[in-house]
Amino acid sequence: MTHHIDVSTVLRGAVCELYSNLVTRPTGAAVRGAIEALLAERNPPTITTIDFSRVNLLDFSCADEIVAKLLLRHVEAAHAADPAPADDHYVYFRGMRDDHLDAVEAVLERRALALVWDFDGVPSLLGSVDPDERRHWEFVRVGGPVWAPHVARALDSPVERSTHVLDRLWRRRLVMRSAEGFLVPRGISGVAA
Amino acid sequence: MTTVINVPPSLDEQTFEHVVEQLAPLAPDQKVLFDARHARWASPFGLTALLAAAQTRATRPDFTVPEHPDTASYWARTGFFRHAADLFDLHGHVPRQREGHDSDVLLEITSVSQSDDVHAVVGRIQQKAAEILHGQLHLETAATMGFGMTLSEACQNIVEHAGCGGWVAVQTYTFRRRLGRRVVVIAVCDAGVGFRKSLESSPGHRHDDRWGDGRALESAVVHAVSRFRHGDAGRGQGLAGIRRFIARWDGKLSVRSGTARIALVPTWDEDEPMREGLAAFPGAQVQIMIPERLPGDPGPAARARGTERR
Repeated sequence: MTHHIDVSTVLRGAVCELYSNLVTRPTGAAVRGAIEALLAERNPPTITTIDFSRVNLLDFSCADEIVAKLLLRHVEAAHAADPAPADDHYVYFRGMRDDHLDAVEAVLERRALALVWDFDGVPSLLGSVDPDERRHWEFVRVGGPVWAPHVARALDSPVERSTHVLDRLWRRRLVMRSAEGFLVPRGISGVAA
Repeated sequence: MTTVINVPPSLDEQTFEHVVEQLAPLAPDQKVLFDARHARWASPFGLTALLAAAQTRATRPDFTVPEHPDTASYWARTGFFRHAADLFDLHGHVPRQREGHDSDVLLEITSVSQSDDVHAVVGRIQQKAAEILHGQLHLETAATMGFGMTLSEACQNIVEHAGCGGWVAVQTYTFRRRLGRRVVVIAVCDAGVGFRKSLESSPGHRHDDRWGDGRALESAVVHAVSRFRHGDAGRGQGLAGIRRFIARWDGKLSVRSGTARIALVPTWDEDEPMREGLAAFPGAQVQIMIPERLPGDPGPAARARGTERR
């Protein structure tokens, strides 16, 4: 199920009607809390588009509180030995301008996280991803849904290796696992409401 | 007995050291008079640091206003006297502050003590910052957002670490001494806890016998260490973000705290990267300077991207 959350609307609702800038840690923590409350109401599996297109300024503190900590929560849940179906949430970011990306990329690097975002309508990776992860992810983006043997064959990689990399990408919430195979989460594009 | 503290005729980050040297030996409850009668010019750092100096005094200090009407008028337009009236007993003619009459003052002196103040500062400056950075300093429009982020993080340093309020001011002026170009300057000063004590308050803090204000500044400014890092790996990114911004726009960052001062020095300046053994002054005093770009200058430094975006 796909959902859409306009961060600017959350900011005004959760913190202050007059604010248009995502600055300061308390603001970021309040916005993340409100987003998490919205996500908790939804039945997994979900793909939630977190939309920054109406956000004016995003500073490093807010990027860390909103983006990095939101991802951390989902990634930690997926790293459990037996991840609960209730934790099967994915987030897809859109509407991030260059200046937003400066802050977001810095906090992702700091915490060794990565995310999927909408770059000109195409799902793209941002953050800490090794070359092998990126290669596998790109193949899944173009060819998904696919299973590991198919990816391994196409990338000339041992099946065990591709299985391991795809599992890692899944636990990092960068690919989804469906009945048909691995695929890249795709959010809602072109919505700014 | 009142001790007179002479305010230098030109008060900036460098000459403020003369003020600190006069104050440092005095007991906090010693009555002092800041004599600014002969002051002719002050940078935003100088003005906000003067307010922080008053904050260090246990006994309310006196302050004599600059005698030159242009100087007094300019200081009024920066908002200095509005804050000074709360901290000093003012003597001399204080001009009335008129609003919005000085295009060089991007942000008049503003007190910062909580997160809401940071929102107000960032919100107030944005449109004017775009006009000045792009229109006057010829920086790309991308600089405006980075400037707002930098301002926000610098102010949050007060909210999260000072333990008391501080002040921020943003102005443009021509930096003749080193550069001969216009610059935009952010000054953020407080007389609070300071970097060393802030880092020492971290549960995970360990230090050796070389530990001091200089090492604390190096840890925070160069290595992005924060007192909150223990238990939250994402902390300490504010100063790292500021560092990235000034590197991109060939700017300068300097931070004074306690008895030390660290500076990230661009090629156009000859400042010392680290000074230790200065006269003690509490809190943290930060200055960020971004120079005008002229035709023929190289473009902004490439962003150091660790990853591709697609």
